[in-house]
Amino acid sequence: MSDLTDPTATADATDAKGKHTLEIKGLMVSVETEDGPKEILRGVDLTVNSGETHALMGPNGSGKSTLAYSVAGHPKYTVTGGTVTLDGEDVLAMSVDKRARAGLFLAMQYPVEVPGVSVSNFLRTAKTAIDGEAPKLRTWVKDVKAAMGNLRMDAAFAERNVNEGFSGGEKKRHEILQMQLLHPKIAILDETDSGLDVDALKVVSEGVNRVKSESDVGVLLITHYTRILRYIKPDFVHVFIEGKIVEEGGAELADRLEDEGYDRYATPASA
Amino acid sequence: MSLADTLVDAPVDGAHSHVDPQSASAAGFVPDASRAERTASFDLDAFPVPRGREEEWRFTPVRKLAGLFDIGDQLQPGHLLVQADLPPDVTTATITAAEAQALGILPPQDRAAAVAAAVDDALLLDIPAESEPDTPIRLRLEGTGETVHGHIVIRAGRHSRATVVLEHSGSARYTQLVSVVTGDSADLTVVSSQRWNDDAVHLAQHDALVGRDSTYKHVSVTLGGQVVRINANVRYAGPGGDATLLGVYFADAGQHLEHRSFIDHNTPHCKSRVTYKGALQGESARTVWVGDVLIRKEAEGTDTYELNRNLVLTDGARADSVPNLEIETGEIAGAGHASATGRFDDLQLFYLQSRGIPEDQAKRLVVRGFFADIIRHVPLADLRDEVTAAIEDELAATEYAAPTLNHSGTASKEN
Ligand SMILES: Nc1ncnc2c1ncn2[C@@H]1O[C@H](COP(=O)(O)OP(=O)(O)O)[C@@H](O)[C@H]1O
Ligand SMILES: [Mg+2]
Repeated sequence: MSDLTDPTATADATDAKGKHTLEIKGLMVSVETEDGPKEILRGVDLTVNSGETHALMGPNGSGKSTLAYSVAGHPKYTVTGGTVTLDGEDVLAMSVDKRARAGLFLAMQYPVEVPGVSVSNFLRTAKTAIDGEAPKLRTWVKDVKAAMGNLRMDAAFAERNVNEGFSGGEKKRHEILQMQLLHPKIAILDETDSGLDVDALKVVSEGVNRVKSESDVGVLLITHYTRILRYIKPDFVHVFIEGKIVEEGGAELADRLEDEGYDRYATPASA
Repeated sequence: MSLADTLVDAPVDGAHSHVDPQSASAAGFVPDASRAERTASFDLDAFPVPRGREEEWRFTPVRKLAGLFDIGDQLQPGHLLVQADLPPDVTTATITAAEAQALGILPPQDRAAAVAAAVDDALLLDIPAESEPDTPIRLRLEGTGETVHGHIVIRAGRHSRATVVLEHSGSARYTQLVSVVTGDSADLTVVSSQRWNDDAVHLAQHDALVGRDSTYKHVSVTLGGQVVRINANVRYAGPGGDATLLGVYFADAGQHLEHRSFIDHNTPHCKSRVTYKGALQGESARTVWVGDVLIRKEAEGTDTYELNRNLVLTDGARADSVPNLEIETGEIAGAGHASATGRFDDLQLFYLQSRGIPEDQAKRLVVRGFFADIIRHVPLADLRDEVTAAIEDELAATEYAAPTLNHSGTASKEN
């Protein structure tokens, strides 16, 4: 994890084997509505480095998913200002798939069903795209099996169609399974905890922690509740209200939110 | 909006319901007569030469069908090259039109089928009672540029179990009648693959009279040809029949691919499932699906569902989709239909791309997935691979349209 134990690590942010940095600066995003464009993100500044875990916490409708989708390149959102870079490269200029190949990963709040495409085919296709070559069959099959086992996913799962008929918990496990297999540099997890019972939450959190311990992934954990932070320890906590970060601190900030909620951030406009 | 989003299920009330079919081109169209009143006859004169205004021809480019509505020179009939793979106990014979009719086949329902029914060298495929051949019966029918009228009769004896594959290729102007008669408790699958050259014209009626407690499956795969029109029809000879009609089609620029089906629920306690899926690409690529289901008064306990979906890959292509469900009895087990035509689901593409999969490849995955549930039913592995590969080839040439909604329309009855 720490670059002290990694002799190849350097301070150079662009070193492929070392540290990576996702830098979001002054990001403004709007979405097209029936009444014209609606501004949702109003200048977001956030930097996530390899090995760090950031929790982005905010009430429903504050724009958390918009931030996640905008970084991933969802066609629905229009960036009207600011920059997003990964190791200095302009992410906003990249196609959606190129962003993923550059090392960004988004575990979606609402993963999408893809009828007729099996999980195993999907995973292999994604892995091949990300690595630029097909994975070696023997090790790949073993890796998938092991990762699924860790996430307590039945082997039959691989033959089901992507997200089709999955329960909420299965969808979230499937997202984390992908994170584990695709080895992103920076992963954004959008409400991976929502809709999970405690057992599923533990399994999913273990999965995230396993990826963190096996790689130097930087994590942006988006959540509405503090519950998941009992299992995944954040290094930084950001409070997100109405399209902006309004307060930042360490893990202790999450504890305060647990006690006090988001009410104290309420502005007259939102109250 | 996505393709999936456009699928609407709306209830229909009443013992006799006429469900308004809706599609981009046929919004609100209601046939003026019940399907029960449509002409069915072996007499060619019962069918005037179509002009394109008739209900059953209104989507078809009839001016491209010259020579197919008349018997022509009976002394010098055109032929297809026929190559047959026959399992040991399956036999063939040449029979006259009168002998074919004596086997109890269903009558033609349009003029092209009546022309085909009139030929006196029909091919009879006989699958004896209780035989279960290990290998499929394959007929390779290759056009050599002639105008051809052809009639194939498939008789599946009681308790037999077999698969017949008709593989069409080459160039021809071809009217075809395929008449299936199955005995009690038979299990027959007929696959018809249309891999014609670009100039071929194929007007077909594929009928099945499904025996008591019989299972019948018809799979049509239409990829090649200039004008291809396959009408797959089912009627039941007794209760307990189970019919499944499946189709995949992929239309390119200049192609007209039309599939119609008519399930005549004339007998109690029979089941039918109709599922056709198509993709279209290219300027003036055209597909038509018309699914007629008639549940007659006597057909209590009927269970039917029909579905058509079309994926429009580029601008300039047009899909018509018209389900017609007529219900004359209130005592049914289930009846419904759905139809949807749309473009790529942009959320599906976003999801796949967000995993690093390039846009072209993501689209291929989505299209392959779209067809997967039908191709799964193609009974032979080599044929499945061939169809999959052919669709991949089609896609390799695609320049995609933006993923926005085209249109949708459906109505449905669930009981
Ligand atoms: N397509 C859209 N059309 C209109 N409003 C939208 C759209 N997408 C998001 N919004 C609005 O943007 C705001 C932020 O949404 P979102 O990013 O999903 O918030 P969060 O993830 O924090 O709950 C909400 O008010 C939501 O209603
Ligand atoms: Mg959200």
